[in-house]
Amino acid sequence: MVVAFSSLIFLTGIVLVLFIEGLPAFSVTGILSFIFGKSWYPTSTPPEFGIMPLISASFVVSVGAMLFAIPVGIGSALYIHEIAGEKQKMFLKPIIELLGAIPSIIFGFFGMVIVAPLVQKVFNLSTGQCAFTGALILGVMAIPVVCSIAEDALSVVPKSFREASFALGANRWQTLLKVIIPAAGSGISTAIVLGISRVMGETMTVLLVTGGAAQIPNSIFSPVRPMTSTIAAEMGEAAVGGVHFHALFAIGLVLFMITLVLNMIAEYIGRKYRVKLGLDV
Amino acid sequence: MKLLKGLALTAVLLALCGTANADKKLLIDGSSTMLPIAQALAEKYMDKTPGITISVKGGGSGIGVASLQDSTCDIADSSRPIKGSEIAIALTKGVDPKATVVALDGIAIIVNKANGITNLTKKQVRGIFNGSISNWSQVGGTPGKILAISRDTSSGTYEAFIALALEGDKIRPDAMLQAASQAVATTVANTPGAIGYVGIGYISDTTKVLTVNGAECKKENVLNNSYPYSRPLFMYTNGKPQGDAKVFIDYVLSAEGQAVVEEQGFVALKKKQ
Repeated sequence: MVVAFSSLIFLTGIVLVLFIEGLPAFSVTGILSFIFGKSWYPTSTPPEFGIMPLISASFVVSVGAMLFAIPVGIGSALYIHEIAGEKQKMFLKPIIELLGAIPSIIFGFFGMVIVAPLVQKVFNLSTGQCAFTGALILGVMAIPVVCSIAEDALSVVPKSFREASFALGANRWQTLLKVIIPAAGSGISTAIVLGISRVMGETMTVLLVTGGAAQIPNSIFSPVRPMTSTIAAEMGEAAVGGVHFHALFAIGLVLFMITLVLNMIAEYIGRKYRVKLGLDV
Repeated sequence: MKLLKGLALTAVLLALCGTANADKKLLIDGSSTMLPIAQALAEKYMDKTPGITISVKGGGSGIGVASLQDSTCDIADSSRPIKGSEIAIALTKGVDPKATVVALDGIAIIVNKANGITNLTKKQVRGIFNGSISNWSQVGGTPGKILAISRDTSSGTYEAFIALALEGDKIRPDAMLQAASQAVATTVANTPGAIGYVGIGYISDTTKVLTVNGAECKKENVLNNSYPYSRPLFMYTNGKPQGDAKVFIDYVLSAEGQAVVEEQGFVALKKKQ
């Protein structure tokens, strides 16, 4: 029991620390000017702590990543579940899971050394370290999450649904579009939401490939500085107990709130989905 | 990372103190730029001098000075001269900060090797990094967007560069902040339109070092102050260095200590005339 509840203890501890260390930042800057402030100059005199550039960077990179990960991830799940034969399945599933097992620093390194220069050349940019490169690589990283959860969702659609559809004279394509996908729809949405929170929280990769400029991006090819990489890059040298230190915790708090909401959405959709299939309540 | 190393070292030292109460202790606090020097020197010094423990922390020059004011450290490392207001506070607490210059640092302006520019004026560097100059044609180069590469805002090199080059301006918001000096050098090496700055220890063949106001970033020019982006690094003590602090600072200034300074990528002081 102690083991089972240890997660709860860790969670409470982390949340407590986030609040205790993060809240003092708001008393210095005010919560609104912290979240909506447009300039992040934590070490200037006087310092400025506006994290809008960081939030918008996380947002742009995450949306971009999902635009890439959703079609590929869900497409793979559909292919594996509906079309692939046993042999292909035995090959494809482990490959996709292996993709998910690659440490993020490797993705980051690969992105910095190979993908960023390539993006720079292909799109004729001044630098390849930008939101687009980050989105591309995070998209690849999110594929395994999206694909495996979506595949699980597809596989719990009762066989009877499919048989009923065939019995009514629907072909495979119609069955897939009109029966299987709607039935697994909530599960697929969960896959997407969990994919987004995976991407939001990713740190190492974005630190290496997105360029690190704390500006509100004016295009997908702007260098940006997401919340996670700001914390990672600055925590080591921020004076312990200083405003900058607290501000970094406050960013962590904002990030935690965002992923918490995303996970609650996923949980909510997931529950609705079980009800819909009549599996349990 | 530096902080972690500092903490780890402190922890180890504290543990050692527990076993050997007879040890003399020397507390050093301050500049994170100087942390590598201070740590390397402390380790070497402890190796050859049994019976002394030196604890090195690096929270920033300001933290070091505050710590000296409160007499919670023996030596405060600072990568900038102490401010008049800080001296005033120190004096009210009975502390009289005295500076010893222990090393020099030069910050090199680097560009991609494909860049035709070889020299910039201080004014042009300031314009490039504060955002008022955005195209290489404005400084006599082939037209192309300027991409400013900088260290993270918490880094000592960043603070020094901002103080020396920007004279109170803020760095342009679209400057790409890199987590390490090596990352700045790599990005500049891979990006045709890029310009960045690194400590003198990070100069390599992969990038081109610009002269500033005609002065080359090399040790002699840092020493004779003809290169504009150079600065002394200080160790502050309460009054003239005495006792263990004096012995340690003398070691830092010795040929052996200055060799460590060079090893860490900084510029050693001129030999005593």
